[in-house]
Amino acid sequence: MAVSSAGSRARAQLTSAEGDVHADRRRRRRRGGDTAAGYLFLAPQLLGLVVFMVGPLLFALVLAFYHWDGFGTRSFAGLSNFAEIMSSPRIQCSAVNTVWFTVLQVPGLMLTGLFFALLMQRAGKLTPVYRLAFFAPVITSSVAVAAIWLWLFNPDISPVSNALHGIGLPAPNWLQDARFIIPAFAIVGIWQGLGYQLVMFMAGLQSIDRSYLEAALLDGCSEWQKLRHVTIPLLSPTILFLSITSIIGSFQVFDYIYVFFGDGAPDSARTIVYEVVQIAFGDFNFGEASALAFLLFLALLAVTGCQLAVQKRWVHYTE
Amino acid sequence: MSTFSDTISRAVTTAKGASGSGRPARHKLLLHAVLLVCAIGMALPFAWMLFSSFKPLGEIFMQPPKLFPQDWNQQGYRTALGGADFVRGFWNSTYIALTVTAVSLLTSAMAAYAFARIDFWGRRWLFMVFLATMMVPGQLTIIPLYIIMGWLGWVDTHAAIIVPPALFNAFGVFLLRQYVKGIPVELEEAAQLDGAGRVRRFVTIILPLLRTPLTALGIFTFLAQWNNFFYPLIFLNSSDKFTLPLLVNQFMGQYTSDWPTLMAATTLLAAPMLIVFAFAQRQIVEGIALSGSKS
Repeated sequence: MAVSSAGSRARAQLTSAEGDVHADRRRRRRRGGDTAAGYLFLAPQLLGLVVFMVGPLLFALVLAFYHWDGFGTRSFAGLSNFAEIMSSPRIQCSAVNTVWFTVLQVPGLMLTGLFFALLMQRAGKLTPVYRLAFFAPVITSSVAVAAIWLWLFNPDISPVSNALHGIGLPAPNWLQDARFIIPAFAIVGIWQGLGYQLVMFMAGLQSIDRSYLEAALLDGCSEWQKLRHVTIPLLSPTILFLSITSIIGSFQVFDYIYVFFGDGAPDSARTIVYEVVQIAFGDFNFGEASALAFLLFLALLAVTGCQLAVQKRWVHYTE
Repeated sequence: MSTFSDTISRAVTTAKGASGSGRPARHKLLLHAVLLVCAIGMALPFAWMLFSSFKPLGEIFMQPPKLFPQDWNQQGYRTALGGADFVRGFWNSTYIALTVTAVSLLTSAMAAYAFARIDFWGRRWLFMVFLATMMVPGQLTIIPLYIIMGWLGWVDTHAAIIVPPALFNAFGVFLLRQYVKGIPVELEEAAQLDGAGRVRRFVTIILPLLRTPLTALGIFTFLAQWNNFFYPLIFLNSSDKFTLPLLVNQFMGQYTSDWPTLMAATTLLAAPMLIVFAFAQRQIVEGIALSGSKS
């Protein structure tokens, strides 16, 4: 992100420095007109920003401190919504489930994505064929994905269970056994998200200047050394970007659970966003749901903030 | 836009040349074997979906399960198409996704142009606000948004899921601004000397030059909207307004163990995008990679 914007900024500065003084004076005189023009072009998105983003955000912040079902009277709740959340064993369980899902899914996604990107880089003419298979789940509706896996996780009819039995392994009853529900979600998530990671890693690999790899080759580096000391450091901006977006995405997992279980998910399957939706649109407790969504937002900010804070130690930018 | 394949083929030729002897031939074979097996593994769930949708119910419970139906049967599709209005769902999904995509591309490009090229009061901090909102999870704003839609009388209407994403797309504004900044100012200045106003310059110079990022962003937006589940789920109640994912989700509640019908419904949901993808693979993959890597 920094690389491209710095490049275009430098270019923009260059051109404005070249521009003559007259143009500069003209620009300054027309500033009033420019402000009008600026807001004219910005108007639709600015309206959207205010009505559909900033307004609701402030509203959510206020709601978090109120008791309200959306219709009756609002009453000030102080911190009681937050206290309610903190003392609820079910929500604690959902928070643990969400973190557990993230811990399983993010490394699973990124390691398989990188692995297959490295392989596909050498696949030559057949690359589009493989890519078709890996990327197809990405563009498929998560409802369809969940429906397919609902079948594949059903121990009575699933070919997966059958195959596991075939090689002498016990096949878990994925969606009924509390220990396997979250790993099952992670399997679905990895199947669906892998293609995106793969494509992003391939784009990252493509942008690596080949002279680095040639230099490593001349120095007699092994494939592994090249990967460890050249490719991975040069891919670090991609790795940072994907780790941030995948963690944010994992924390917000909802669709699969809702398609699998509807409104009646067992405790071991619930995640934070599922709780938010149930509390808001099942119990019509808008205050508590807003408070919980707000806590999720803070957690995301904290995690992303940590990632950005430690990035200097391991992320290399080439420009 | 053939850079993708170019670079890959270049990488392959140098890999061949560099490693010298005949050793890589075996490696290559192993590489393709691994990729082929894994690609088939990735595609298998789709194959099960498709072939099971043509099985009679009895064959579903056969042990061991077989991929291909022994008795090809369209009963699943007949039940599915009779049980819900798929054509309507498909139309709803498609026109909603198209409208959002078209309007949001235009409004995002306009805002991007303003941020990149027009020197107006408050530009810097407004842009910071746009950037900051990208961190806000949709689940935080959905509750007040639901209340606001109630006030506007938009609950259970398509306006509730069209207008917000059409009028607000911080990511799109950010992405396009990068590209507008890359367009030489001189092009616009020349047109300005010829007497072209802002709007004319935007339409005749900037928009055509943004074709690549607009296509990428358009693909990204269309797919995200067509497949969106969360927002329609919250805002729509009547099934004649449902988008295709919602319709299939509702269907799953009604036909819990009629697997051929469920798989037929799922196939009808997955097929349109898979068909589009098969024909426009390169554009879609590059579009999504471009949208991702620029942020």
